[in-house]
Amino acid sequence: MPDEQSSPQAPPEIQLCVMSQPRLLGAVRALVETFAERIGFCERGRGELVLAIDEAMTNIIRHGYDHAEDCRIWMSLRTLAEPSLGIRIEIEDHQASFDPEELPERDLEEVRPGGLGLHLIRRLTRTCRHEARPEGGMRLVIEKFCEDAAGESDPNTPSSSEGSHP
Amino acid sequence: MTPGDTMTISEERQGGDLLLKPIGDVDLSRSPQMRERLAKALAQKPTRIVVDLSQVPYMDSSGVATLVEALQHCRKAGCELVLTSLHPKVRSIFEIAKLNQVFKIVDAPGGGG
Repeated sequence: MPDEQSSPQAPPEIQLCVMSQPRLLGAVRALVETFAERIGFCERGRGELVLAIDEAMTNIIRHGYDHAEDCRIWMSLRTLAEPSLGIRIEIEDHQASFDPEELPERDLEEVRPGGLGLHLIRRLTRTCRHEARPEGGMRLVIEKFCEDAAGESDPNTPSSSEGSHP
Repeated sequence: MTPGDTMTISEERQGGDLLLKPIGDVDLSRSPQMRERLAKALAQKPTRIVVDLSQVPYMDSSGVATLVEALQHCRKAGCELVLTSLHPKVRSIFEIAKLNQVFKIVDAPGGGG
């Protein structure tokens, strides 16, 4: 099945624009879950991917757009064939650019509300990379592979990441 | 509040315990309602607040943060906060965040630690 349509350079199979409204997060979760299921992700993998995407959208709404509900978030989904069957999801916004190196890592010993979202995304995906968009705003690239969640691996052990961790 | 945001949270008093049972996904659109209900529950000065999560198939970090905040308020007020009947997906978030060691989590509303 994998062909040019499933390379990172190929056009995404799904592109959509979502307004920055929390009530729409459920619809995005359903879309991601269904797409991942068709690719072949197991239930656990789908759950992890859905949570990662939800957290990414939530971070943009809360921190990038400061809860404004009239801003746009663009999302694209594509199937990956290499190095194994997986999915790449890019989420773009037009918030003020920031240096991803300065994103704080959550100290799990500290019991306080907030700050968990990015930690979860990094734990649950193989790639989590923030990039500044040339036209302004940020792009978050997330990749996850079917095999990442196929076993009984410890959920506290992150997969390797593409230079995404400060 | 816009359509689609609302969630049902039932409440039942059992002696000194207050049992809260939210129904539905808890995400950024709904965690403010849960925060409000937890605050109202604590204002009733129960000995214990039990949050039955059996009808919550999904929770994101905003829901978890709401419960962490409630835990802190409960501790200050001398009230115990107990979480019960977590779905595996929900439980895994607590485990990844190492919060399963912070909260009292039991299998059923009447169960012990």
